[in-house]
Amino acid sequence: MKENILIIGGGIAGLEAASQLLKLGYNPIIVERSGRLGGHVADWNRLFPDMTPAEEVVSRLVAGASEANIFLNTEISFINRLKDSYNVMLSNGVSIITKIMLFATGFSLFDASKKEEYGYGVYNQVMTNSDLERWFNTGHDCRITEEGPSAMGFVHCVGSRDEKARNSQCSKVCCITAVKQAIEMKQKFPDAMIYCFYMDLRMFGKKFEDFYISAQRDYGIRFIRGRVSEVSENIEGKLVVKAEDTLSGRPVKVTLDLLVLMSGIVCDHQTCRTAGMLSLPLDSDGFLKSRDNIADITASPKEGIFYAGACTGPKTVPETLAEARSAALEIHNHIISLSEELNSNSEGQ
Amino acid sequence: MDFGFKISPSSAVNLDNVDLSLYDRLHEVEPDIAKCIACGSCSASCPAGRFSGMSMRKVILDLQRGRQKEAVKMLSGCMLCGKCLMVCPRGINTRHLILAICKLYGED
Repeated sequence: MKENILIIGGGIAGLEAASQLLKLGYNPIIVERSGRLGGHVADWNRLFPDMTPAEEVVSRLVAGASEANIFLNTEISFINRLKDSYNVMLSNGVSIITKIMLFATGFSLFDASKKEEYGYGVYNQVMTNSDLERWFNTGHDCRITEEGPSAMGFVHCVGSRDEKARNSQCSKVCCITAVKQAIEMKQKFPDAMIYCFYMDLRMFGKKFEDFYISAQRDYGIRFIRGRVSEVSENIEGKLVVKAEDTLSGRPVKVTLDLLVLMSGIVCDHQTCRTAGMLSLPLDSDGFLKSRDNIADITASPKEGIFYAGACTGPKTVPETLAEARSAALEIHNHIISLSEELNSNSEGQ
Repeated sequence: MDFGFKISPSSAVNLDNVDLSLYDRLHEVEPDIAKCIACGSCSASCPAGRFSGMSMRKVILDLQRGRQKEAVKMLSGCMLCGKCLMVCPRGINTRHLILAICKLYGED
C-alpha cells in the first residue's frame, strides 16, 4: 500500500513537495484552506529577478501535483495521536490516518492598517504591495488612475524589523519586491517620479544587486534613506509624506498621488493553532521551530512531522521550492528507516 | 520692523519644489551618478576633505536633493586627484563626474 502523507497547505511548497513525493511513489494528500492552489504566489503577477510570470510557476507546480489528493476549502478540525500515527479530522468530515505530516503552511502578510501612521484604510491613495500586484493582474483598482500617478512612493519595512509591530524579523523579500514594483510602475508610467523610503536595503539574492543598480541608474528611481514618519492628506486629496533624509540629516516632505506599503511576512495565526494541536514549539520569532536551524531546517522536533517553506520564516520562491524538495527527500528517508525498523523487529521475533 | 530676533528658517527639504532639470541632464550624460549608495568611501579617502570640507558623497546627495549651490561650492575644494575613483565600490567614475558637473553647472 502506498504511504499516506498529509501536506498542510497548497501553496508552492506543498505543491512542489507533493509532486516530488508522487515521483517517489507515495500518496500525498494536500489540505488547503482557501479555494485555490498556489498560495501567495498565485496572487502575484511577476517574480523577481527575471520577471517570470507567477502564473507560469504556479501552473507548472499544479500540473506536477495533479495526481495528489487535494482538498480545497478544507481545514484541520482536530488531530488524534494514535500509537505510531496520527488520525487527522478535516473540516469536510474526511478522516486521514497518516504517519507523516508536512507543514507547508506558509505565512500571512502583515496587516498594514496596524501601522496607523501610514494611513492604510484611512486615506484613499495608500495601498499595499499585494494590492499593487492585484492591480498588475486585474488592472482594476480605484486608487490608480488611467494616466497613472505623477509622483508615488514605496515604504519599505512595514511591519518588518519593527518591535512596535511585534515583528523583529526581516521579511527578506520586500526590498527586492519594492525595487521590482518600482521598476514595473516606471515602465508603465515613465513620467512618474518614484521614491523608495528605506531604512536598509538587503539585496542578498542572485541578481538582486543588479536589479537595484538598474532601478537607480536606468529607471531613475529615487532612494531616500529614512523611515516615513507620518502620512497625511492635503485639501486636494493628495498624500503628504514626511520622513527624515538621514543621509543629509534633514527632514524631507513630498506630495504623492500614490503610496505603496511593503507589508512584511509574519507567522500565520492558523498555523500556530494547528501546531498547537501537536504541541509543536514556536521559535523566538514566532515561526515554527525546526529541529535545528542550520542542519535540520525541514524537520520538526517531533518524529514524522516535517516543515517546508515560509512556515519556518520568510523565504524567497526558489528557497521555498528547494526546501520542499529537501523535505520530500527527508520524508522518503524517514519512511525507509521506519520500514527497516519494522523488518528488523519482525525478524527478531 | 526688526526686533532683533527671528525664527530660524526650516531646514526641511520639500521635494515638491525641487528643480531637478539640471540633475536630470547630468544623469543623462553621467547615468552612474544614480548608482551612489552613499557609503562614504570617496569622502573617507579624499585628501582635500580634511582641509576644505570637500565630500563627494555630500555633493552627489545635494545635487539629488536640489541643493546645487552648496554642491558646486563644495566642489571647489576638489583637487581632481582621483583617489575617490579608485575606492568607489559602485565603480562610479567620480573624477569624470566632477568634470561633468563643473561643465554643466557652469563653474570651474
